[in-house]
Amino acid sequence: MGDASKEWMIEVKGLTKRYGDFEAISNLNFTVKRGEILGLLGPNGAGKSTTLRILSTFLAATSGTAKVAGFDVFDESHEVRKRIGYMPENNPLYYDMRVYEYLKYRGRLKGLDARQSRDRAETVMKECDLEDVRRKMIRQLSLGYRQRVGLADALLSEPELIILDEPTLGLDPNQVRAARQLIKNLGGKHTVLISSHILHEIEMTCNRVLILNQGKILASDDTTHLQSVMGQSSRVVAEIKAPLEDLKFSLKNFEGLLAVDISAAEGDYYLCSLSFGAETADPREELYKMVVRNNWFLRELTISRPSLEDVFVHLTRKQQDEEEDEE
Amino acid sequence: MKVFKTLLRRELGVCFGVLNGYVIVSAALFLVGVCFYDLVYRLNNQPTDMTLTEMFFFSWYFWLILLLSAPLITMRTFAHEKSTGTYEILMTAPVNDIQVLMSKFCGALFFHAIIWLPVFISMLLLRFYINNPLVVNITSIITTYFAVLMVGALYISIGCFGSALTRSQIVAGMVSFTLGMGIFMLSVNVLFVVPDPGPISLILAKVSLADYMRDCSRGILDSRPFIFLVTSTFLFLFLTWRVLEWRRWR
Ligand SMILES: Nc1ncnc2c1ncn2[C@@H]1O[C@H](COP(=O)(O)OP(=O)(O)OP(=O)(O)O)[C@@H](O)[C@H]1O
Ligand SMILES: [Mg+2]
Repeated sequence: MGDASKEWMIEVKGLTKRYGDFEAISNLNFTVKRGEILGLLGPNGAGKSTTLRILSTFLAATSGTAKVAGFDVFDESHEVRKRIGYMPENNPLYYDMRVYEYLKYRGRLKGLDARQSRDRAETVMKECDLEDVRRKMIRQLSLGYRQRVGLADALLSEPELIILDEPTLGLDPNQVRAARQLIKNLGGKHTVLISSHILHEIEMTCNRVLILNQGKILASDDTTHLQSVMGQSSRVVAEIKAPLEDLKFSLKNFEGLLAVDISAAEGDYYLCSLSFGAETADPREELYKMVVRNNWFLRELTISRPSLEDVFVHLTRKQQDEEEDEE
Repeated sequence: MKVFKTLLRRELGVCFGVLNGYVIVSAALFLVGVCFYDLVYRLNNQPTDMTLTEMFFFSWYFWLILLLSAPLITMRTFAHEKSTGTYEILMTAPVNDIQVLMSKFCGALFFHAIIWLPVFISMLLLRFYINNPLVVNITSIITTYFAVLMVGALYISIGCFGSALTRSQIVAGMVSFTLGMGIFMLSVNVLFVVPDPGPISLILAKVSLADYMRDCSRGILDSRPFIFLVTSTFLFLFLTWRVLEWRRWR
């Protein structure tokens, strides 16, 4: 193992996968540091699962290379397999086995001895809150519990790299939170790669995000950084009590305001949702002054930063526009 | 080796741990029981110069049950894992294709061996009652069981091949039934069609499974058909392995 493999957990160069004539992913390049939690974000059919299948050695790429912990996923797949915990899309499991029995079996398969696999099975069952269903047939479990069994399986051998394809699908809100916390805690010690099309999930759990659309990487950045770079606008929500016509007139002349949406709220208040361009720093002070000047009343004033969702829509829209321009 | 053992235990668990394994076993046991009853009945009522094992072979029960049971046992092996997606978790664990293939093959072969064991045990028991080596003779019982295993190995490997080709168990079963039936019919041709001295029938004669079974049922172990069986079993295992490799490229 070279020095490079000490720092990079995953190195992907020019990765392309074709299914027949259809190019599911084309020429992906990215790296993931050890201990990082990377989110793979994209709409349906973007190529997330395809990428994860290649990294987990299940599929062979059409061209390009991918290395996990310094080992090539194709030529040295056995070494890679020893180092990963993978939970595929739709979370396939042996339905005819019982939870504890299944985890023990998977432990043995991953190279743990009888005692270790027992101990690890106990530990992951505790971590994933599975203890009360340990004797149950997996077939009889509810979707969310099955999902947790899949997650437990991925953690079993304490792998260096954990790959999870849409891990929180089908979990109830409490469990989603628990799972996110679990994944967050894995960071640092393990490298985690998760795919999702739920934006705030990625926003909450990952250090870094890779946005994928139609098999290409649109953007790759720290989750926080991405917003400030891409965030073209800010949105302010204000509830103001004023005569409607006057309010509309004042807002029309407000500096930097791009769009406004006014709707009636409880009492005589109006709920104004205001969008500002990137050049406006923080319009709240001016808004407050405007209200005071006119002797109106104000009961709410909040500013919201663009979510990853906005960023995503922005990026995919931009890509579509560029493609249309080319035509 | 440890991985292989774990995988094999899982395969046997699937065979015996779930209901449909027991359904196959009980169906086979029922047929085998009928077969045995019939053999003993004929032995009692018809003057014959055949031994019990020869009669077992000539009664065709074996072939009928084998042609049906081998695809039934093996169609599940790969097709089921592929259709449920568990193939993905299996193949991303630190295992290799050969270990997976051999565990599935050995598991199915073991199951096949279990199905046929009762007949031979009953034959051995019968040996205590009929003390006539011309009718029941231990050597030929053992060689016949051996032949059943060897022929079974070929049919199981064909079944694994069929199952690796597709994700539908039905299609897998049909592919292996067709291939198995084809080989069987070639063998039967050699047995009954008047041999003409052409090269084709010479080749067929070399590979005749029926011939081999008949020899074994008389207590004769010939090495040529044995070699044929072993190489063709390995050929199908090899083909299955290639199919598994090729799947990654789809
Ligand atoms: N076995 C296959 N044969 C042919 N095309 C495939 C195959 N698997 C995936 N594809 C195609 O490749 C593209 C990417 O699929 P992939 O499953 O990677 O998307 P995804 O990003 O995981 O989407 P989702 O969010 O819906 O899970 C899709 O357009 C899909 O139709
Ligand atoms: Mg997917």
